Amino acid sequence: MLRFLLQKEFRQVFRNPAVLRIIFVMPMVQLLVLPWAADYEVKNIKLAIVDNDHSDYSRQFISKVTSSGYFQLQQYSMSYNTALQEVEKDKADIIVQIPTHFEKDLVKESKASLFMAVNAINGVKAVLGASYLQAIVQDYNNEIREQWIQMPRFSPQTVIEITSSNWFNPFMEYKYFMVPGILVLLVTMVGSFLTALNIVKEKEVGTIEQINVTPVKKYHFILGKLIPFWVLGLAILTMGLLIAFIAYGIQPAGSFLTIYAFAAVYLLAVLGLGLLISTYCNTQLQAILILFFLIMIFILLGGLYTPIESMPVWAQWITKLNPVTYFIKVMREVVLKGSNLADIAPNIGIIFIFAVVLNTWAVVNYRKRG
Amino acid sequence: MKQFLSFVKKEFYHILRDKQTFFILLFMPLIQILIFGFALTNEVKNANFIVLDNASDAASHELIAQISASRYFSFAKNIYSYKDIEQVFQTDQAKVALIFPPSFASDLEHFNKAQVQIIADAADPNTATTLTSYMSAIIRDYQKALTQNKDLPYTIEVTQRMLYNPQLKGAYNFVPGVMAMVLMLVCTMMTAITIVREKERGTMEVMLVSPVQPLKVIIAKAVPYLLLSIVNIISILLLSVFVLDVPIKGSLLLLMAEGTLYIITCLSFGLLISNLTNSQEEAMFISLMAMFLPTVMLSGFMFPIENMPLPLRILSNIVPAKWFFTIIKSVMIKGLGLKFIWKETLILLGMTLLLLALSLKKFKIRLA
Repeated sequence: MLRFLLQKEFRQVFRNPAVLRIIFVMPMVQLLVLPWAADYEVKNIKLAIVDNDHSDYSRQFISKVTSSGYFQLQQYSMSYNTALQEVEKDKADIIVQIPTHFEKDLVKESKASLFMAVNAINGVKAVLGASYLQAIVQDYNNEIREQWIQMPRFSPQTVIEITSSNWFNPFMEYKYFMVPGILVLLVTMVGSFLTALNIVKEKEVGTIEQINVTPVKKYHFILGKLIPFWVLGLAILTMGLLIAFIAYGIQPAGSFLTIYAFAAVYLLAVLGLGLLISTYCNTQLQAILILFFLIMIFILLGGLYTPIESMPVWAQWITKLNPVTYFIKVMREVVLKGSNLADIAPNIGIIFIFAVVLNTWAVVNYRKRG
Repeated sequence: MKQFLSFVKKEFYHILRDKQTFFILLFMPLIQILIFGFALTNEVKNANFIVLDNASDAASHELIAQISASRYFSFAKNIYSYKDIEQVFQTDQAKVALIFPPSFASDLEHFNKAQVQIIADAADPNTATTLTSYMSAIIRDYQKALTQNKDLPYTIEVTQRMLYNPQLKGAYNFVPGVMAMVLMLVCTMMTAITIVREKERGTMEVMLVSPVQPLKVIIAKAVPYLLLSIVNIISILLLSVFVLDVPIKGSLLLLMAEGTLYIITCLSFGLLISNLTNSQEEAMFISLMAMFLPTVMLSGFMFPIENMPLPLRILSNIVPAKWFFTIIKSVMIKGLGLKFIWKETLILLGMTLLLLALSLKKFKIRLA
């Protein structure tokens, strides 16, 4: 019995080349294009400088800032107000104002001041940009001190030297971080939408009635729907991993077996979600909207775009109920850190519970009568 | 005109009759704004850190206490060997490790110089950089406190001011972004799918043989979504002002006008998609794949556009959300007038006209 249902489902999938093309080609294009966009690193900060001093010191300072690599000198402004206009037009991120007598004050009074104004709409960028600039000022300050005073052998100023290193991704390559994550999103979207739409479509078109009058059992019907999409989902994952390797040279530090073991269970959960939603909806439009709503929350609260630790407690609870969170975490751990099956076992357990709950709920809720 | 109005009425009935869909359309944007306004922040808070304290003296304890006290870090545990770090990172129990050499306090006291090492889990490079620089800043503060009583010569003092968002709230950046995203989704996807649905069911044919011009049939489909989206904008704005404390600094009228323009852009995009596809599934996947991810990633509200490689920077220009995001930020948060955003407005207008022209040209009066 199941065999014929499977045959039917596979035929239906392959008969519709437009949808097939979309579900394979679109994710691949996205995987090739989007990781290039995902670079959070704060660099290329645009500066507007108001130099009221025009001294050697102010020029030295400016060239020190611009040669640091983090900043781009956008323009020399005549006054603070013209600089502010640049910020308003989004042409500059930080204004640095060097007061008149900067050099004179520094040399004669032994103390000078600088002013900076930071566009803080994006708070993180503002804080990091300002602290980079502060560090440069500090450096420059030390250089000047060295010019003017003979440093004693032991530094009079207490110094704590900080060395830092970055593990697992020493070159701070964002693609290693984003590609596995985006792949997870694509598998999730395709998996859940395909199942939900497929079943609701049968409802909408009316063919589900025909199946309902046959002796096909509930679980046969549901298995017949799940298996083809489960296979499709794994196929997309495989293609995605291939692309990650060919285009980005990303080779999992852990084993492929671990990834597939998790993905196999994960897909069951995602398909179960699609199934569950399809039992509650009568039109494709309803199904799309509900799924969209859920998927958007899943994706944005999945820990790919913003760190989960910084969310408020209630939102962290939502992330615990979000299957995407676990897959992204697992992908990251396996691909970047080389975790093995034992390391991620608790995650597989949780996802397995998701799969069981969602699918049981769906089967219970699926009625053969329309 | 009367015929046209009756078509509009028909569309309203369609929407209102389907309670579930109507409810989702009205409340989804609100729930999303709330969730994202409160939960989405790039700022790193309460990151777990572990300490390998080979010194375990007064100075190291003091420094650890200061780091734990900051809102960015929370102390996870002490570890006793360098090798444990990897294990801790692999199981995601902490993001940063701080390592003290054996003679930290005595180095500080006798040589005025000591070392610490920070190791970050850079699987997430963004968090790693942020955490490293936050932790370094706390250590520098500690160092400054140690030297405070000595007055240093030749000092440059820096005063800084955070413009527009002095409390550095994440919502200032996310409200405009989510607004751009949600409107695009509701308008584009809904128009595309409802039109394709009529095609799929065959009712489109019925309408096309009616005496109403085909163009009007299509416009009648878009009108209810236009109104619905305007209601959405209003409720999003109310929420952001009264719940999220994101003020509207500029003119409300201008904001609404720009919002309406953007809605029309999205509706025309939906029209175009509906003309290119034949099934709801296709329409949905195209709107999803061609809109959702690019809007999230290329509009500039998640990832800085200036960091992208040139082809993507060029590509980002055809994402309407990018322009709308800039406009909303300028009007709502910076409080600027039309004088500063006329360019963006013109671009959106141009896109809308282009999309409309394209979809009208593609629009087939006869169904295959």
